[in-house]
Amino acid sequence: MNNMNILLFFVDCVICNNFIFSRFLGCCPFLGVSSKVETAVSMGIAVTFVMTIASLFTWMVNTWVLVPLNLRFMETVSFILVIAALVQFIEMFLKKSSPSLYRALGIYLPLITTNCAVLGVATLNVKNAYNLLYSVLNGCFGGIGFLLAIALMAGVRERLESSKIPESMKGFPITLVTAGLMALAFMGFKGLV
Amino acid sequence: MSEKTRLGKIFANGVISENPTFRLVLGTCPTMAVTTSALNGIGMGAAATFVLIGSNIVVSLLRRFIPDRVRIPAFIVIICTFVTMIQLLMQAFLPSLYESLGIFIPLIVVNCIILARAEAFASKKPVLASAVDGLGMGIGFTLALTLIGIVRELLGNGSVFGVNVLGASYDPMILMILPAGGFLTFGLLLGAFNAIIKKLDRKRMKEAAE
Repeated sequence: MNNMNILLFFVDCVICNNFIFSRFLGCCPFLGVSSKVETAVSMGIAVTFVMTIASLFTWMVNTWVLVPLNLRFMETVSFILVIAALVQFIEMFLKKSSPSLYRALGIYLPLITTNCAVLGVATLNVKNAYNLLYSVLNGCFGGIGFLLAIALMAGVRERLESSKIPESMKGFPITLVTAGLMALAFMGFKGLV
Repeated sequence: MSEKTRLGKIFANGVISENPTFRLVLGTCPTMAVTTSALNGIGMGAAATFVLIGSNIVVSLLRRFIPDRVRIPAFIVIICTFVTMIQLLMQAFLPSLYESLGIFIPLIVVNCIILARAEAFASKKPVLASAVDGLGMGIGFTLALTLIGIVRELLGNGSVFGVNVLGASYDPMILMILPAGGFLTFGLLLGAFNAIIKKLDRKRMKEAAE
């Protein structure tokens, strides 16, 4: 039964409540780094990675430090510091242990500190009172949803390059309208879970 | 140039020529997420303005003391302090607005506009100019959010600021207050702004040529 719940949770996070298309979290990298499929996929993987680990650490900080000490109002400050430190560590770790992965993801890592999807997932975990397993799963599945969205978007944008677009709609405007249409398609999954 | 016109220029820069939403396209998440009504747009804009002014002033005051290498974490902590303040204030005095803005209040911390102004402006300029820059950017952001909120609320609910203007016979386009409507409205408005600015530029060029 538990496995079934996890599967439903996966569908819910990735498709029904996609981070980009229904929660509007992580829009800046979604719009900024989605012009090529290859870079978009790297960014998506980096975000998934950081979101999963950040969910784990922020859950620990919240449950073992903030709640017992009655410091709930320090939530935002401590979460952003945990995330910033985490990103720095991941960057250093990747640089030492896997230079090829570092070359692929390196430039995206600093950007992720100020990605609202990461802080957003940490805040949502606390708000929904998820336990450790579900917090980590929420981070991981949310990241996969982001990866799916940004990869699809990049695919569409590569096609847009060669199409005729009115001068004033070039760049961000057409990207946003495309994203709107994609969000419309994702809305079709709403009643699934 | 006198002090007053200089400050006026900084202010206008944030509101119009470098409008954070329509010109720089920064902080897009709250722009689309909370603008389901005009009132939410104003609320979010006001909260961000408060944080912008506060963080710009403090960053500017401390600009000689913050070591260059740790400036980004230092800025984030300063911004976070103001975000926590506005979060607690809103929770206490405007609970219904606080509910409807939800997690986007704590997420002001990672709004790129605020960090960008701290880094690009406040860390180099004196206090008064930084405060005016924060005010200008904040008002530019608020106006943009309110405009998007008005369009979405009008089409999606037939009302503006909660007052029904289109009458009972209007069949609301629910789509506009759903997430997809956020992307569409913002994209089309951005396109319209680009078109207007291009036209103005062309006119100015023509006048200059004559």
